[in-house]
Amino acid sequence: MAGKKTIGVLALQGAFIEHEAALQRCGVQTRQVRRPQELGEIDGLVIPGGESTTIGKLMQKFGLDTVIKKKAIEGMPIWGTCAGMILLAQEIDDGDQPRLGLMDIRVKRNAFGRQVDSFEADLDIEGIGPTRGVFIRAPYAERVWGNVQVMARYQDKIVMVQQGHLLGTAFHPELTNQGNIHRYFLEMV
Amino acid sequence: MEQKGTFSVKTGLAQMLKGGVIMDVTTPEQAKIAEEAGACAVMALERVPADIRAAGGIARMADPSVIERIMEAVSIPVMAKCRIGHFVEAQILESLGIDFIDESEVLTPADDKYHISKHNFKVPFVCGARNLGEALRRIREGAAMIRTKGEPGTGNVVEAVRHIRQVNDEIRWVSSLPEEELMSAAKEMQAPYELVVETAKLKRLPVVNFAAGGIATPADAALMMQLGCDGIFVGSGIFKSGDPKKRAQAIVAATTHYNDPAVLAEVSRDLGEAMVGIDISTIRPEERMQERGW
Repeated sequence: MAGKKTIGVLALQGAFIEHEAALQRCGVQTRQVRRPQELGEIDGLVIPGGESTTIGKLMQKFGLDTVIKKKAIEGMPIWGTCAGMILLAQEIDDGDQPRLGLMDIRVKRNAFGRQVDSFEADLDIEGIGPTRGVFIRAPYAERVWGNVQVMARYQDKIVMVQQGHLLGTAFHPELTNQGNIHRYFLEMV
Repeated sequence: MEQKGTFSVKTGLAQMLKGGVIMDVTTPEQAKIAEEAGACAVMALERVPADIRAAGGIARMADPSVIERIMEAVSIPVMAKCRIGHFVEAQILESLGIDFIDESEVLTPADDKYHISKHNFKVPFVCGARNLGEALRRIREGAAMIRTKGEPGTGNVVEAVRHIRQVNDEIRWVSSLPEEELMSAAKEMQAPYELVVETAKLKRLPVVNFAAGGIATPADAALMMQLGCDGIFVGSGIFKSGDPKKRAQAIVAATTHYNDPAVLAEVSRDLGEAMVGIDISTIRPEERMQERGW
């Protein structure tokens, strides 16, 4: 269909199929991205939850990181959930793992604890409203600077941020059927 | 309201592991090699399945000190195994803060009739299955993730292939049935009716399904992914091989690019010796780990 947007979902590791399903329910086409050339044909990119160290290393190994950074600077909207938000961060609390470093945020990994501390909770997101958040070994942003806008906090911790065409969520909207965050991202595209 | 340990939080972690490789490790050093190679999680053990098989005797939960040292060494999720039915080993593992428990046939079963009631725990469980009925019984008991049993510690992928094909065949079968035939299908498979209905509707297992038991090469991993598995467990295949670091990286890359033969050829080059394999027919039936579980 002409004019229909295509959203890429980074499919190196993690919950990329859930994001594709949620995006398709919003009426857009999706494309799994595993190689640099697949980044040319998309209007926006979702970096899913998964293991950030795994995704970061694979991104580097297959040459996706440099192309994603270039496209981001050219203005391609990118949304990272959980591991995706970690990969977007300029600074990571506990180390030097491969990342994109595009957003002016410092994140702490596994910040709410291990899996036994993973939780679901109700959030109130600025400009979006009440949202159920699923947090799985989730990070939060310890510090933000520049023109980063804090969109949601949970127990005073920053769990959603936006910086222009870049969006980060510490929780997993792809695991609930709400669709509101996916629609919000699509409006940015 | 904040809720911990819900079924969606448990299955959520399994979903985050998809497309990844979970590696058996026995020391903090091995755990770091696995993390550095791109493992999405590690399984903390005292001995890998090949050594458990060789040692014989009773295989039990690992020493908590071994598990804790591995948990301290890496930032990725850490899993550990308890014996089938041994809910106290599971309680101990949960108290250590382990991220996932494998109620595993690799260890000697502690109960010859019953599995653990896994809904009673905050920590998620993964269990092995050889067919759809077994998978759905484990899910009904609370497993948040399923894996093929394969035949652990053999470096022989044939049993894992048999098990994923069996599960897929049965999913295709129940998906093709009219509603009135699903109860008898459930009866025949000894599976909970509601989960048979859900599986028929979803045309897949209601939880994430990984491959395990005999995966030794990048091509083995890609084979299991092309057959429809969501991710890969590698037990003895990495640290019983000639060059664990290189093999680990290659299996991670093969699990991502499972549909790309050019990448698979590239990562399969110069990996050194694979683990020595065992022909399944040479293992006496009573020594086959896959027969454990009810």
